[in-house]
Parts: sequence; C-alpha cells; structure tokens
Amino acid sequence: MTTSGWIQITIYMVVLLLLVRPLGSYMARVYEGERSFVTPLLGPLERFLYRLGRSFGLRPDAEMEWGSYAIAVLLFNFLGFVFVFGVERLQQFLPGNPQHLTNVSPDLAFNTAVSFISNTNWQSYAGESTMSYLTQMLALTSQNFLSAATGMAVLAAVIRGFARQSASTLGNFWADVLRSVVYILLPLSVVFAILLVSQGVVQTLSAPHTVQLVQPTVDASGQTVTQQTIAVGPVASQEAIKMLGTNGGGFFNVNSAHPFENPTPLTNFLELLAILLIPAALCYTFGSMVKDTRKGWAILAAMVAMFVILLGVTVWAEQTGNPSMAALGVDTAPGDLQAGGNMEGKEVRFGITNSALWATATTAASSGSVNSMHDSFMPLGGMVPMWLMQLGEVVFGGAGSGLYGMLAFVIIAVFVAGLIVGRTPEYLGKKIEAYEMKMASIMVLVPVVVVLIGAAIAVVIPAGVRAVSNPGAHGFSEILYAFSSAGNNNGSAFAGLGSNNFFYNLALGLAMLFGRYWSAIPALAIAGSLVRKKKAPEGAGTLPAQGPLFVIWLISVVVIVGALSFFPALALGPIVEHLQLR
Amino acid sequence: MKQLLKSAFIVFLMLTVLTGVMYPLAITGVARMLFSHRANGSLLVKDGREIGSEFIGQPFDDPRYFWSRLSATGPFPYNASASSGSNYGPLNPALKQAVEARIKALRAADPGNDAPVPVDLVTASASGLDPHITVAAAQYQAIRVARQRGWPEAQVEQLVAQFTEGQQWGMLGERRVNVLKRKNVDLSQVR
Repeated sequence: MTTSGWIQITIYMVVLLLLVRPLGSYMARVYEGERSFVTPLLGPLERFLYRLGRSFGLRPDAEMEWGSYAIAVLLFNFLGFVFVFGVERLQQFLPGNPQHLTNVSPDLAFNTAVSFISNTNWQSYAGESTMSYLTQMLALTSQNFLSAATGMAVLAAVIRGFARQSASTLGNFWADVLRSVVYILLPLSVVFAILLVSQGVVQTLSAPHTVQLVQPTVDASGQTVTQQTIAVGPVASQEAIKMLGTNGGGFFNVNSAHPFENPTPLTNFLELLAILLIPAALCYTFGSMVKDTRKGWAILAAMVAMFVILLGVTVWAEQTGNPSMAALGVDTAPGDLQAGGNMEGKEVRFGITNSALWATATTAASSGSVNSMHDSFMPLGGMVPMWLMQLGEVVFGGAGSGLYGMLAFVIIAVFVAGLIVGRTPEYLGKKIEAYEMKMASIMVLVPVVVVLIGAAIAVVIPAGVRAVSNPGAHGFSEILYAFSSAGNNNGSAFAGLGSNNFFYNLALGLAMLFGRYWSAIPALAIAGSLVRKKKAPEGAGTLPAQGPLFVIWLISVVVIVGALSFFPALALGPIVEHLQLR
Repeated sequence: MKQLLKSAFIVFLMLTVLTGVMYPLAITGVARMLFSHRANGSLLVKDGREIGSEFIGQPFDDPRYFWSRLSATGPFPYNASASSGSNYGPLNPALKQAVEARIKALRAADPGNDAPVPVDLVTASASGLDPHITVAAAQYQAIRVARQRGWPEAQVEQLVAQFTEGQQWGMLGERRVNVLKRKNVDLSQVR
C-alpha cells in the first residue's frame, strides 16, 4: 500500500474519531430533551411543528410503552411506503418532470418504496432515466430523512430501556422522530449540501443540458453522435442526507462514482466521513444516556477494530490488482504518476485507496452508496464488503439500527460469557434472561435466514439465474451479494445483476422488510422488558462490559456468528474465484 | 390506535413537506445565489457555445487528442444521461477482450511505442463519465500527440505538467489530468 494511502486513511480515522464525542453528546442532549447551543435557532421550528401537530391531536409528551412505540414505527413507515409508491406510480401526471419520464412499473415501485422506508436504498433502477425531479425530492429525499430518523428514534427508545429502571415506557416516537430530523439530520444536511454544491455537485431544477462533443463519436449501431446530453437535477440536497442518514440511494445510476454526486477528492472525503459519522457518534450517545461512557467506547472500539482490519484486506486486494493484466502489457504498479492496482470500475480521482476505503465504510455502515463498482473488485476485495453486510450491519451499521443490532450481539456476548463462568449474565446492571436472549437471537438470525434462503431460491429458478451478468463463481457472488445487501438493509450491489424484474423486485423487497422490522421490533421488545427491571449495582462479581477483554470477546461473538453462517456460501463465490486467479 | 394513526398522518405530512419540499427548494435557491455556475453543472463555454462540463468526460479516439478512459455507457461511450460501469468481474473474458482491444488501438495509433500501458487507460471507469486520466496515462500519450501535431515533445510534456491537478489540499485523492477541460479544449483551439 502507498504512503499517500496510509496518510489518507489515518486522516480519515482521526477526524472521524475526533467528532464522535462532540456529536455524540449533542445527540444525547437531543434525545433527553435538553437545550443546547442550537436551541435558539431550531427551537422555534420544533415548537411550530408541535403546535401544528397538537391541533391534529398529536401528543408529543405522552410516554409510550414498547408496543405502542413499535406500532407507531410501523404506521409511520407504512404511510411512507404508500406515499413513495403513489408518487412513483403517478409521476408522469405530476409536475417537476422536465424529462417527461413515464410512471414507474408496479414491481419496481414496490421495491423502491420498501427500499427507501427501510433505510436500505437498494436501487433496481437508474435514477437519471427513471425518477422525475419531483419523485427524487418529494418521495425519495424525504424518506432518506425519515427512514434514518426512524432508526435513530428506535435506538433512543432502546437506550432508554437500559437507562431507566422499574419503569414501563420508552419515550415518545413522534417526538424522537421530529427531534432527530429538526436537530440532527436537517441542520447537518443543510450545511453539507451547500458545501457539496461549492465543490461542483449540481443542484438545479432545469432540464438536462445538451452540448456539442469536442470530437464526435459513434454509437453501438454505427450512427454518428455529435451531442452529449448531461443529466442534472436537485442532487446536492439528496446527496447530503443520503450520506448522513446511512441511506445510500443515489440520484444517478452510478451513485457517488458520478462526477456530479462526488466531483472532487474533498467531496469524497466529506461524504466518506458522513457515512460513519452518525453511527459512530451514537455509540457515545449511548454511553452518555446510560451514564457510563466506557460502555459506549467499548462498543465503538470493537467496531473500529473490525473495520480497520477488514479495510486492510480490501486495500491490499485492490492495490495488488488483477494478475492477468501484466501479461497483456498493462502497467499496474503504483507510483507517483498513477494509483495502479485494479482500476476497472474505479475513478481516477479516487484511485485505489479511496475506492477501497469507501467500499469498506459503506458496507460496515448500512449506507450502500458506492464510489466504485464493487462487481469489478478483486474476489477478496469484494468479499469484505459482502461479509461486512452479512455480519448483520453492526460494524457501525445504519443510523440507529447499527447500534441496536450491535446491542443484540452484546446481549448474546454477556449471556454466553455468563454461562461460561457460571454467573447470572447482566449488562448495565440489568439481568439478561431468556426473553432478552430470544429476542436478540431473532435479531441476529432472521437476516441470516433471509440472505441464505433468498440466495438459495434465486440460484435454482430461471428468473434468478438469468439476471446474472458475469460467468462462473462471480455470477453466484452477484446473487449472494444482492440478498446480503437487501436482508441487512445495506443497498449496495454487485450491479451487473439485472435486478429490475418481477422476481428480484419482489424477493429483494421482502428481504428488506424482514431485515428491517424483524430487527427493530425485537429490539424494542428487549427494551420493553429491560425497562421494567431494577438496576443491580455493579459488584466484585460483575463481569465488566468494557476494557480490552470485553472488546475482544464481543468481536469474537460477532465474527464467529458471521463466519459460521456464511463461510460455506462465501466458499462457493469469492473464495473459489480467488483460487482461480492467476 | 386511532390516536396513533392520526399522529402518524400529521407527523408524516409535516416532515415530508419540510424535508421533501422546503429543504430541497431552499438548497436550490441558496445554491443558485452563491454558486450558480457549480449548481448548474460547471459548464465549459468556448466561443459562446457550451462544449461540455468540466466534471463530465467525453470520448476521444483521434490520435491528435489525448484519449479518455474506456466508458461502459450505452449506446455510446460517455453518454451523460446513462451513467454506468462495465461491472465485469476480474475473471470475465469480456474484461480481457476489452483490455486487449484497447491496447491494440493505442498501439495502432502510436506505432513503435511498446511501453506497458497505464492501467487506467485500458479499464472502464465506475461512472463511464470519468473526466480524468492519471499523469502516467497523460505522459504515455504525450509523445503521440506531439508527433501527430508536429510539435516538439517538450512542449506537450510541458502542457501535461501544467495541467496536472495535484492532490486536493496536498493530501486528498490522486494526482490527475482533466482530459476535456484542459488538454483537449486547449488543443482544439490550436488545431
């Protein structure tokens, strides 16, 4: 790996970790309803929304038990589904459509609506030629906010389950969602969007530009082409929240590889930072709200350790490049003049380091945005992103959802440790009993089942296999990647898979629904059970849930579950493909 | 339940208007005010005519120009309304064929130059619209461009050096050369 690569990765990690505490403690204040330095600015907006809501019966102060909280989550997301589906199905009759795009087909509209409410943002379509400006703003940009806010609200409720004792309620979903948007996602997005525009990300409602090519070219049928039509749109506003909310649904087909979504190394750095920013900072929020920041740092340490090690594998695989190239007379050696390595499906301004870093970050978090084509990665370089998703999106994971997913692993880790040493397992003074273990197991196992069974069905039916674009083991990897991405609400793809057809739109849509709600609702159930329990004071017999021993133990549990579940499947795809390289 | 449903409606409505209408329109307004050139696509104008965007590449295969990277967009390369990568896996025979064809074309345009070809020049970019090539790819082509135009090599190499963009802030990203913005626009002026 190159020196410049090391430096860029170091800068990235340092800046990220420096932001964890300030943002994390700010978010803790937001979810505890406290004032902060932005209250004078944003408080009026919050109060205005509450006032408006109250006249329609909204009671943002009413505490909810876990059941009501879960129903509120489902209702809110169901409305989102109906709305996105409706706008897509009607877009040709609506304004804000200068390209005169037609209505989206029913199966694609279903898939996309599920995808955006579940914070997956899997895209079976090419944005610039499928979705009108209105659809992108009104339906998709708004769900980028609301799906992220939903995940963060659920996490806030789960944290209260650990923080409160001998209580029954977890907070108010409406207040948590509103405050997530008003105090966290919206202000960050506004600043970020303007920064992006200053670097060259487009933001306009005008129709695409048609320009004269400097040198005419010919198309596939031999016709001379003298013009280039440059798609534009309201991109920066969507880009900002797409990155901050671990959404990842791009305005354009190629997502953040598109020069208008990610034009410069600086936008790339900021977008990369935005991928992990909120999930990382929420670890501190957790520690702060349970009044034991060591617990938050321990979880963050486990995430960072797994991330850095797997990042190393991706960078190594991509920098080493494709061994068949040298024989053809291609220079893949890195140096001052070129990044070298495997440049198929990568952009020159990002080179190897920033492409590999992005691929690792976007799949560690459940972003799913891409700045390079994962399908063209080397076998092991592509296996890392796939496995990071299969681990359950808990190495940072989604905004909110990553941490409540990781807390399920924490419960399993302390339970197993308790069994080994023969003590009652507890975490933060709360006894972990059969009910919590059952719910945590559901959270861990449902995505595994969805991924493996989904991929198994797809490889035995013609509609599943037909969509594959690469021959051999790589074709199987495309299918496995798709279900890993949908079942864990990531959204990135081995994009050669032609997934815009009835089978994949339906199957991946269902996978996204299972992955999202069979994780969020059991998480709330755990919180509902824990919140009733008393906190036992920590004594000499308490297993400390912090420190290096716990961090290593937590990593082991995550890795063992992930490895046992997926090693056989990975052996058929990337591992066999790696062995075929020469 | 009815209470929850009513709350869901009003919260959904308020937040959708806030984030799906007011937010993007406000950003559009501010962007237009502060950075109208950037917000509109950073278009390059020559002789009063829009000839492209500085961020969107164009295809070149005339030996007198610097060539861009391969582009997998359809139905023609660098179709800026249909961004796409090739999505070829590393063992896909189509990848090998594309690389071989490109090397053949480069060598046909530049007989006698048997140096190894920089990898970015024989591979398709992620977007199919990559505006850049590496410095290595620019230097590889400089001799050909100079010969084709009957210029001294030093002059073209000086052009390459002049138009090389460094890492941003001296540390971010990779060094690169914008094919359309700098080199070929300038070259077409002196044709």
